[in-house]
Amino acid sequence: MAAAASRGCGGVWRFAWQRGARGPVPAPRGQRAVAFNARGGVVQPEKCGLAPWVPVVGLEIHAQISSNSKLFSGSQVQFVAPPNSLVSFFDASLPGTLPVLNRRCVEAAVMTGLALNCSVNKKSLFDRKHYFYADLPAGYQITQQRVPIAVNGSLSYSVCIDNKMSQMVTKTVRIKQIQLEQDSGKSLHDDTRSQTLIDLNRAGVGLMEVVMEPDMCCGEEAAAAVRELQLILQTLGSSQAVMAEGQLRVDANVSVHHPGEPYGVRTEVKNINSLRFLAKAVDYEIQRQIEELENGGTILNETRAFDSKLGCTVPMRDKEAKQDYRFMPEPNLPPLILYDTKSLPANMNHQQVVNIDWIHERLPDLPSVKRAKLVEQYGILPEHSFTLLNEDGLTEFFENVVTQTQMKPKKVIGWILKDLLSYLKQHSLTVKESPVSSFLLADLLNLIEKKEISSTAAKQVLSELWKGEGKTPLDIVKEKKLELIQDQKELEEICQAVIDGQENEVMAIKAGNRKVLNKLIGLVQRETQGRANPVLVKQLLEKKLSE
Amino acid sequence: QVSAALREGQITPTELCQRCLSLIKSTKFLNAYITVTEETALKQAEESEKRFRRGQPLGVLDGIPVAVKDNFNTAGIETTCASNMLKGYISPYNATVVQKLLDQGAVLVGKTNLDEFAMGSGSTDGVFGPVRNPWSYSRQYKEKSAPKSHPEDKEPEWVIAGGSSGGSAAAVSSFTCFAALGSDTGGSTRNPAAHCGVVGLKPTYGLISRHGLIPLVNSMDVPGILTRCVDDAALVLGSLAGHDPKDSTTIQDKFKPFELPNLPDVSKLSIGIPKEYHAPGLSSEILALWSKAADLFKSAGAKVIEVSLPHTRYSIVCYHVLCTAEVASNMARFDGLEYGHRSATNDSTESMYAATRREGFNDVVRARILSGNYFLLKQNYEHYFVKAQKVRRLIAQDFGKVFGSGVDVLLTPTTLSHAAAYAEFIKEDNRTRSAQDDILTQAANMAGLPAINVPAALSERGLPVGLQFIGRPFQEKQLLTVAKWFEKEVKFPMIQLEEVKRHDHGAFQHQKSASFS
Repeated sequence: MAAAASRGCGGVWRFAWQRGARGPVPAPRGQRAVAFNARGGVVQPEKCGLAPWVPVVGLEIHAQISSNSKLFSGSQVQFVAPPNSLVSFFDASLPGTLPVLNRRCVEAAVMTGLALNCSVNKKSLFDRKHYFYADLPAGYQITQQRVPIAVNGSLSYSVCIDNKMSQMVTKTVRIKQIQLEQDSGKSLHDDTRSQTLIDLNRAGVGLMEVVMEPDMCCGEEAAAAVRELQLILQTLGSSQAVMAEGQLRVDANVSVHHPGEPYGVRTEVKNINSLRFLAKAVDYEIQRQIEELENGGTILNETRAFDSKLGCTVPMRDKEAKQDYRFMPEPNLPPLILYDTKSLPANMNHQQVVNIDWIHERLPDLPSVKRAKLVEQYGILPEHSFTLLNEDGLTEFFENVVTQTQMKPKKVIGWILKDLLSYLKQHSLTVKESPVSSFLLADLLNLIEKKEISSTAAKQVLSELWKGEGKTPLDIVKEKKLELIQDQKELEEICQAVIDGQENEVMAIKAGNRKVLNKLIGLVQRETQGRANPVLVKQLLEKKLSE
Repeated sequence: QVSAALREGQITPTELCQRCLSLIKSTKFLNAYITVTEETALKQAEESEKRFRRGQPLGVLDGIPVAVKDNFNTAGIETTCASNMLKGYISPYNATVVQKLLDQGAVLVGKTNLDEFAMGSGSTDGVFGPVRNPWSYSRQYKEKSAPKSHPEDKEPEWVIAGGSSGGSAAAVSSFTCFAALGSDTGGSTRNPAAHCGVVGLKPTYGLISRHGLIPLVNSMDVPGILTRCVDDAALVLGSLAGHDPKDSTTIQDKFKPFELPNLPDVSKLSIGIPKEYHAPGLSSEILALWSKAADLFKSAGAKVIEVSLPHTRYSIVCYHVLCTAEVASNMARFDGLEYGHRSATNDSTESMYAATRREGFNDVVRARILSGNYFLLKQNYEHYFVKAQKVRRLIAQDFGKVFGSGVDVLLTPTTLSHAAAYAEFIKEDNRTRSAQDDILTQAANMAGLPAINVPAALSERGLPVGLQFIGRPFQEKQLLTVAKWFEKEVKFPMIQLEEVKRHDHGAFQHQKSASFS
């Protein structure tokens, strides 16, 4: 494993050529081989003499703050509501209305800043960013351009090498800043009637813009960093961070350059609405830029949109790409002052101030800490701790099972990951939607532990349990007669019958091919429908064969 | 005095309201009002009357007719900013100051005229036409001006009311209401107050809520108070001031309403005379009045000292930069989508925006938006906006130093001269006019200080001229005490409006008392 916290990425991409009669022809997009070294080493160019390319990826992430009301008004925040039903006079920019800062949003940003190792500014400022757009009623967005609420942080995340969960590398991306700003409304273009409909429910909802430095080098890293951020936000409760609902929006800045040379011209990729697409979009854009440059072209500093259907990025025909935002201090909001325990004025009403230290003390365990604790407490593998945290609610499920069963956590994790999780994935269910509760699963595992059923039988029981018919594992065991055969005599007879019917196999075993024994064990299990204790069966067979 | 009359039952709120309404009608030619809210006013007066009958009036403002500049939001009543952009716009909410007036039982008689979006110093550049200064029709002006200036004309030319709160000043001056709200960004309350011979108070920035005031320059706007005497201004201030959770720039500290002493004493005070206010173009009449006023204070035992505010001369240019920049930003919301005028052009959203804004705004507003956006461009921001902000700080520091040296109140002229004739005034463009007319007033806005115009005398042509007092931040009581003393000393003459007399003898009788305190 590479050293933890390797900053930046030395991964190098090469352009792969298909050699044809007329010289190098770029391979069709998407099929190109990419050499990428996640360990951070530079891949040397091969004999063809082409210099390698270093991709550089930075991210700008907008996370909607989880809060009852908007950033500067009292209107409710909800994902599903009739259009324009959550709009205050301020949100609609009625003349004469003024912004009033929502304390909850400030606290969420402070929490996030602390969780991302940022220094939280005791004084931050609000600015107006101007542009005309139909879903921006005031003609400007209130943001924090000059002095944001938190700066200079870092985020550690893990990526696996060659897609193997067992080989994980920890990387770090620097967080440039976190700023508070307003969300815009939504425009719905009705092309047939050439109308644009505006929904202002989202207008003015609080956002945290997290700016990540260009310390990543491929789509996988970008996706892993965002996944970690997502987990942190969800742990803090500062954002629900559901990408599909637009609570987490990611723009990627991508450029490529040769090692030792200054960064290349970058493009900004927007319109990415899932982690999978983020990885795809970034990798596609890296490939496209390399191809463009290798062909003697140039990269334009432009905004591109990711087309998830085509799997590629296309230039956004945005006339305003080069516009001047004419930033100006927001005159209706005094500077945002935060306190720590030292600077807290004695006579201040505690309801009116935000105390950074107070928030710091109450931060919940972050995902990295949670993982370490899981590994330590339950003796599970680190990669298992990642899987547990990556699935919403799975850690809790696992821990509930562990507390309700005598089975060792190390064994429980197998049932959770191999059986429960793969079943849920197959049926596109979330942990919360699982037809088998942690209580039922624990019940089942206890039957194994008490040697009442075999694990093979347990799998049969589980497949019955998925039906969600309200039966207990014991009901099913009884109904299907899956109890382990406790009667040794009965078992011995079955073993003898199997031995008698498999002369060739018996010969092979006696000739020293011990592997064939497993076949016999399997046959016994088939005969007993998994109701035999495999250890006992093995002993019995061995005993009989050595007779 | 009217308040007392109401309490004693000498006059009922309904009678008072009706008299104001009929005066509004008879002085319609002044064009002081954009909207007259006859129906709601009478209803409010009726409510007030019931309270008086029960012996439970809400306070000194109960039953008092007031007017509000048409850039304050009034629920259910049109709020136009004298612009095509907001013609017909009915706000769903009351500005905090309007709500406070109504909560105290005041009777809202109408919305007053202004320059479009309060951009101007004459109240001549609104879509509803210019406001005429009531003094144009006074016996004083006619006697002094007519024979000399235009011997061949029967009547002398009418003069402007000043601006941009010219409608409010004219309304108070012509007895159609007892107090009016204006707004003051660079002098828009004090300037028309000076020209119309009324008291115009611009309180400290942050003392009164701006929520519901359609902004010109958020960092300088303050709701202004126009009344016929200083005591009235103090009373209205008392009912409006204080923290508003809807305006984050209002002070947190609790505001204690105050009454001014009956016999104010200025003998222990130090009055500063800033030499930089001896500006080019200051009329000799006003200069003489200014030094006479200084002498008055001296003879009353006050210390009168010349002081210097060295950065004053840079103030007006910086004011221009900051003002237009904020205007450009504040006006961005008027795009025809959510409210206000929307052009019929609908080729694209952009063309609709452009046409809406071209049709909705007058030249003055569009020119300010253009220059403001120029100052905010990335390449110009440091050079113009940031520099202007730095100078703004220096200007505030100038005042701070002077007040820190022991000066209590500054005494300056409010305007360079008396009101100009309309025909003369419109010869210059709005920008030139504003630069001249705001010169003595905008520095107080740049520094956020309280300032007040007190009518001082009539000019040779029989028009009012006023002097300005500038006080320490949040020291309104001291400022108003000085103003009251000065008001008592100068005994500014009552306007003699023949039109009003002719039209309404009865009302004039009562309103001759002028004040309600």
